[in-house]
Amino acid sequence: MVNIKKLSGRLYIVLILLILYAPLAILIICSFNNSKARNIWGGFTLHWYADLVHNQEVLEALRTSLLLTVSAALIAVVLGTLACVGMSVMGKKLRAVLINITNIPMLNADIVTGVAIMLLFAHFLTLGFGSMLIAHVTLGVPYVIINVMPRLRDASKGVYEAALDLGASQTYAFFKVVLPEIFPGIIAGFLFAFTVSMDDFVVTYFTKGPGINTISTMLYQQLRRGINPQMYALSTLFLISILLILGMVYRFSEINTSKREDN
Amino acid sequence: MTDNRRLWSGPYIIWSAGFILLPLLMVIYYGMTNGDGSFTWDNLAAFADPIHYRAFINSVVIAFGSTLFCLLLAYPLALILGRRKGKNTDILIMIFIIPMWINFLLRILALQMILSNTGILNALLEFLGLAPVHLMYSRTAIMIGMVYDYLPFMILPIYNAIRKIDQDVIEAAGDLGADGLTILTRIILPLSVPGVISGIIMVFIPSISEFVVADILGGSKILLYGNVIDQEFNLSSNWNLGSGLSIVLMLFIFASMAIMNKTGSGEEDMVSW
Repeated sequence: MVNIKKLSGRLYIVLILLILYAPLAILIICSFNNSKARNIWGGFTLHWYADLVHNQEVLEALRTSLLLTVSAALIAVVLGTLACVGMSVMGKKLRAVLINITNIPMLNADIVTGVAIMLLFAHFLTLGFGSMLIAHVTLGVPYVIINVMPRLRDASKGVYEAALDLGASQTYAFFKVVLPEIFPGIIAGFLFAFTVSMDDFVVTYFTKGPGINTISTMLYQQLRRGINPQMYALSTLFLISILLILGMVYRFSEINTSKREDN
Repeated sequence: MTDNRRLWSGPYIIWSAGFILLPLLMVIYYGMTNGDGSFTWDNLAAFADPIHYRAFINSVVIAFGSTLFCLLLAYPLALILGRRKGKNTDILIMIFIIPMWINFLLRILALQMILSNTGILNALLEFLGLAPVHLMYSRTAIMIGMVYDYLPFMILPIYNAIRKIDQDVIEAAGDLGADGLTILTRIILPLSVPGVISGIIMVFIPSISEFVVADILGGSKILLYGNVIDQEFNLSSNWNLGSGLSIVLMLFIFASMAIMNKTGSGEEDMVSW
């Protein structure tokens, strides 16, 4: 009886994994398929990869995406961390208002967030890299705040106050005492902001200027135009890099936990 | 010594006023005026136009269906994973989340390859001697796309909620004679409600305004509310009407969220990743 339960549990896990990964596996297989048709195997090839690395449109989009995502995540981390420090010493009412405002981009439909920022820029300024960057920072800050806030709440107040008593300035005490304590939260916030920005299509689609494409908006145009097996190659490269990054993050967190356990 | 740390949130306060609140005010301004800037209710009233409210109903039905299927698929999985003992459960849950990191459009591309008339699914059916299915450009295709896309968003919060349940409570119930089913229905289910609620929010909200999945898997045959808004901004360049329809969507989302939060125990951290 117990064994049947265990077995069906395992089977269910495998089933869901199959649903999630089968499409990705097919993408990878097709990236090596020497035929444009999806249901015919035309032999093994790497030429979609060769074409991809010479595709200016893809390279340009990749460059824009990386620049946009990294700068948006960095700005979001600075803004969000500063906001958390300020919020931790703020009056309750003001803090509640700020938290509610912060929740808006997370909970609102992306299409409304995108349209709203687009209207602001199209009305007063122009759409371009600037509007995309501001939109992506706005999407990212809430995730920084929800990751840093709990760390800051748990950080020991005593050490900070001791530092002040011993003559440290508030800024100095922050960098020397508080920052190291909340640093894991900041890293997590950065990763969240990075992911949200990298994966975003809708907000970028509305706030982008003419002629600028991120990977997402470039893919959208490609998908509407029809099949291009280079995109399968791109997916495969993405999947590999994601697995590498996750592996690294995992190792990093493992080292961190073992350090903590040592203490 | 005055605490100058209060000022540290200054940049973000300015930022959120300028880039969260002001843009929403712009939507309201455009939605409540016509082309020459005079006040009107027309853009809001346009919701009653059959094209618009039918698209809205389409969206609600598909979002509801996707959310339901996600819940049905995710709950047993979260239960199995959440009750698992052993170290590698964390890695296992990671494996379920990895697809979320693949660009959303690439995931849709993968599904398109499977579902299209000359796709993998029909090749497989043909191989097995079965009749081909025409899934593309249907509600079913859109729903499959959304379930595939948002499933991890449902798994994660429910898993976290089940993980948090105190093992002692379950053991106590067992000691007092409760069988497996009673433990499930009387303890685990009620205690996982906050996770279920956040899962529902995280699947339903993006589904209701979705338009890319409908664009690619639904062709132009099925119009969702998101498609209507997209078209008003990008095809017809009628920003006033587009804004009016966006206001309705926003009101609907915040109203349904308020209702769901009432149903849940009023957890403060709804987005509990």
